[in-house]
Amino acid sequence: MHIPDGFLNVQTWVTMDVVAGLSVAYAIKKTKTSLGERQIPLMGVMAAFIFAAQMLNFPIAGGTSGHFIGGVMAAVLLGPWAATLVMSTIFIVQCLLFQDGGLTALGANIFNMGIIGTVFGYYIYRGVVISFGSKKGLLWGVGIASWLAVVLAATFCSIELAFSGTVPLRVALPAMAGVHALIGVGEAIITVGVIRLILRARPDLLQKYV
Amino acid sequence: MEKWIIILLGVAVLAAVFLSPFASTKPDGLERVAEDKWFLERGKEPQVVNSPIPDYAVPGIKNEKLATAIAGLVGVIIVAALGFALGAILKKKEKIQ
Repeated sequence: MHIPDGFLNVQTWVTMDVVAGLSVAYAIKKTKTSLGERQIPLMGVMAAFIFAAQMLNFPIAGGTSGHFIGGVMAAVLLGPWAATLVMSTIFIVQCLLFQDGGLTALGANIFNMGIIGTVFGYYIYRGVVISFGSKKGLLWGVGIASWLAVVLAATFCSIELAFSGTVPLRVALPAMAGVHALIGVGEAIITVGVIRLILRARPDLLQKYV
Repeated sequence: MEKWIIILLGVAVLAAVFLSPFASTKPDGLERVAEDKWFLERGKEPQVVNSPIPDYAVPGIKNEKLATAIAGLVGVIIVAALGFALGAILKKKEKIQ
């Protein structure tokens, strides 16, 4: 869902740059006071793992592919703010080194695929875990948050395209939400699978709510 | 370094090198919608930065799969290094305070 240069008008991409910039600045501030010793290597590992997984497009219906995004996975393991920094790092490298996502759309891409998963997704996950009050709720929370993060990212992407006058919202939103409702299922399966493995091998890496 | 860190890093490197060349090359969700709704052309204008490894293929390597595998390896190493560095820098500053 990486937006290239040319899809967004100046007002929209500048706005998204400001939103993403302020969020990253806040994330740096929060990470400085909360990052545990154990999470330092985890930041590098998550960056590598999510970058690699994002390269692995899987086919979905209608000659279309989707790929894992990973914001919720990062947030479940690192907390929302360190995860925001990891995701932002990935999008910056993808943009500058691999021409995946435009430089003008960087803020929008960091917001849509990063912050929506790492912050909104994280609090959805947390809400589900707390309301279940048991370990079973953890995987449900991971799955629901992962799916929602992808569909919400597609929704925000559609809104940004509509604001830019690129495509009307009534055209973009059903198409984007529809295809990403499918891609989101892939996201949820991968995230639940990985968290389930980590829960068995190293449950101490997960933040505790129950 | 703990064992699980090496294992997870190893999985990331192996995936980027050996699986990425075989990933689907079909348009992704946004590209598909852009194509169907006739705004894909807008993204074809010259991009603002000229990336050294555009579209995850190292230029000059004829074998496409090899070009992608090397791009994947380079990318994983760079983001891992940046992730570790970020963690170390942000942690260090807390200690100074």
